[in-house]
Amino acid sequence: MSAVLERYQVTRREFLVVGAGVAGSLVIGLPAFADETDDARTIGWFVQINPDGSVVIGAKEPEIGQGLRTALPMMVAEELDVDWDKVSIRQMPLGIVKTADGFTWKYGGGQGVGGSTGLTSNWQLMRQAGADARRQLMRAAAARLGVDESQCDTRPGVVVCTSLQSEIAYADLVVDAAALAMPEDTTPLKPIEEHEIIGTHRNTIDGLDIVTGKAKYGIDTEQPDMRYAVIARAPVLNARVASFDDTKAREVPGVLDVFTIDGPSPGEPYVILASGVAVVATSTWAAIKGRQALEIEWEKSPNANDSSVRFWRENEEMLKDTGQIVLDDGDFDAAMAAAETTLVRQYRVPFVNHAPLEPQNCYAYVQADSCHIIAPTQMPSGASRAANAVTGIPRENIHVEMTRVGGGFGRRLTNDYVAEAAMISKKTGWPIKLQWTREDDVKNDFYRPGGLHEMRAGVDADGNVTAWAQRLASGSKYYRRPNMPDENLFGAELYLDDFPRRIVDNIRMEYFHNAIGLPRGSWRAPAHTVNAFVIQSFIDEIAHETGQDPLQLRLDLLGESRELEYSGHGGPTFNPGRLARLTSFVAEKIGYGKELPAGRGIGLATHFTFGGYSAHAMEVTVVDGTLTIERIVAAIDCGYAVHPNAVHAQLEGGTIDGLSTALGLEITVRDGQVEQSNFHDYPLARMAAFPSRFETHILPYDDVPTGVGEVTIPTAAPALTNAIFAATGKRIRNLPIGDQLA
Amino acid sequence: MVSFKINSEDVSFEGDNSTPLLWVIRDHLRLTGTKFGCGIGQCGACTVHVDGVAQRSCITPVSAISGRDITTIEGLAPSDDELDPVQQAWLEHDVPQCGFCQAGQIMAVADFLKRFPNPTDADIDANVTNLCRCGTYVRIRKAIHRAAELITGEAS
Repeated sequence: MSAVLERYQVTRREFLVVGAGVAGSLVIGLPAFADETDDARTIGWFVQINPDGSVVIGAKEPEIGQGLRTALPMMVAEELDVDWDKVSIRQMPLGIVKTADGFTWKYGGGQGVGGSTGLTSNWQLMRQAGADARRQLMRAAAARLGVDESQCDTRPGVVVCTSLQSEIAYADLVVDAAALAMPEDTTPLKPIEEHEIIGTHRNTIDGLDIVTGKAKYGIDTEQPDMRYAVIARAPVLNARVASFDDTKAREVPGVLDVFTIDGPSPGEPYVILASGVAVVATSTWAAIKGRQALEIEWEKSPNANDSSVRFWRENEEMLKDTGQIVLDDGDFDAAMAAAETTLVRQYRVPFVNHAPLEPQNCYAYVQADSCHIIAPTQMPSGASRAANAVTGIPRENIHVEMTRVGGGFGRRLTNDYVAEAAMISKKTGWPIKLQWTREDDVKNDFYRPGGLHEMRAGVDADGNVTAWAQRLASGSKYYRRPNMPDENLFGAELYLDDFPRRIVDNIRMEYFHNAIGLPRGSWRAPAHTVNAFVIQSFIDEIAHETGQDPLQLRLDLLGESRELEYSGHGGPTFNPGRLARLTSFVAEKIGYGKELPAGRGIGLATHFTFGGYSAHAMEVTVVDGTLTIERIVAAIDCGYAVHPNAVHAQLEGGTIDGLSTALGLEITVRDGQVEQSNFHDYPLARMAAFPSRFETHILPYDDVPTGVGEVTIPTAAPALTNAIFAATGKRIRNLPIGDQLA
Repeated sequence: MVSFKINSEDVSFEGDNSTPLLWVIRDHLRLTGTKFGCGIGQCGACTVHVDGVAQRSCITPVSAISGRDITTIEGLAPSDDELDPVQQAWLEHDVPQCGFCQAGQIMAVADFLKRFPNPTDADIDANVTNLCRCGTYVRIRKAIHRAAELITGEAS
């Protein structure tokens, strides 16, 4: 592992210092925003109040479509007590501060969206920021009026002094308030029963900008003297440039420069960027044309013979052996031996591409002692590290701005395209906008790992599941982590505390790592999308094999409301009763158990992902091999829904993402080359695939919000394939579904 | 040199005639509402109107639009104070998630509704084929029906 790679990796410490200690430590009047900021009218980091009473709230997280640019300001506005229609949003840049032993966050909490944590990690911080600002405004009013703070209250945008029957608008107090030191004690927050903005329907705050084409994404970045760049990337995984002839490329009008950029050394994890040839030009199209005119010789890659056919055959062979036992509760072998019925089934889940609709891009301007990055990224601190790694410029001198992001899905947790743009700018000295094409994106992703799962179960004479095993051969995404011992590679692919752990007594998990040259990474809800399919399909199979009803077997296993230990992400506990409630709900809504005509069936699935609970019921028809999804009922329990409109949107979008992927998406490799290249052979589903009968439901639970962005996707595919089984008797064990019904 | 109208303004492009209209619009005319998604006419993020008809600008060479009248998302609304009914319907149903495809969706639907003023779901399925990676199709469908109502309501 090179020093560069080590420096580039996300440090957990930086990512996890989130939401700590903002209470009572409001920092006053600092330039959190860009040039329009009027420091004298800015209270803390996030609140600026203009003379006309309008309020600007800082959005510190990237917006990837999950709705945080609306949800977080809703939290601030609620506690600040302002009219929502007076609020506008300003994107904040990355804020990091150098300390004696590294960096800490400038704005009181972390910045970055992944793992469905964006809302929960800001839940305390954002409300506190609003409450603190409101309190400073009341203190400023109290001082001006010569009364005690306790005599002051607020209504939207106005401090009210009850004893004097006088009112002062926030806009007239903000300069005084911004200059006040914050008291030591913590400002109390509203109980949720008093919420008037949080928990209510609010539209996307950028809606008007989006529908009029004004919203700015990374790809829309324009800066003075900017040049445009593309990179010719190796067609074969991990191949490196041997030589190239740029004579014709340089003849393309507008092409300014052509040069090699280095990738990682052979055998090193693909972390930063591919080896390739950069073309810099006066426009995107000139750069693309220049790239087309390049003649490149590539070195033979160690992965030149990689193929999907071989990968899947190897997985089958591996499963015949004994792998790494990563979980062994009770006595699995004895329970299987004593079982009345045993089942063994294999499920295959493919590699898939993230395919955010905005292709990767990044603006970088590297100067002698500074670097400016504008990027669509989920992890701006990673962008800062990537730029630092390839330029050597200290991170405190790297300014990272975030744009709206045209889709994340986990792809933009990795800032390889930032590193590439910074390298090209450093080499040329020019401000550069690097643009990937769709082909670059489909062929150079950090794919969701594919894997072959073997499930085993033992069932006693009463239908109780007494033994359970999941055996997986796959390419772990943890191979890119520095200093990751082989015995920990399973951790990204098998989540030990998932259902049915602590419900079935005898449970075993076994892992076989099968390396392949395809780069692997986090794809929305990572392994939950895979494991929910496998587990929820297998539960269905057990039910059918043992003459039980699939709904009743699920409810019997899930049982009553109770907290089970859950040490994985989304813990510390998992309440299977909350899944049972959702499953019953969606089953009832769709009319589970009703008489259906031939060729029609209903399927169910439920799963716990990153703290949130999801269930789907789907009704399908299969006639002459043609699948029609007739109806979808989707439900989520995310505790307390802070921004319900966005929760519904995630239910819709997560469901469609799961179905689109299950229906037709797979990345394959042949002779070391990714075989797919664009949407004609990586066919994201279009509108016609989805029914108009599509319901989404939020089942409230308590006053603790969970994340939602990844919660709803895992149950979509198994609900569909379980419905297909109910309709046809055909069990889909191999994704995507493709033409298996024909 | 290729001359054409864009959002009612006369413009001309001097350069490689094979340049896709998309890149002329984005890099040269600096109208960035029209998006690049695939470059092969598959996703529709680059949809504009050429003489009022929806067209995927990433596969339209600029040479093919000489003398034509182009409308982009920036020019769809009748005025700064008034939205096109499709934009209005999109806001009412709060369609966007990441929002990247939505300009193309709106341009495609604005043309579609001229041809199908009272569309059925089947009409929508057969004719509105733009990709949305976030899966906003549920709301797009509702917004199309709503836009049809707004348009026919205006007409009557």
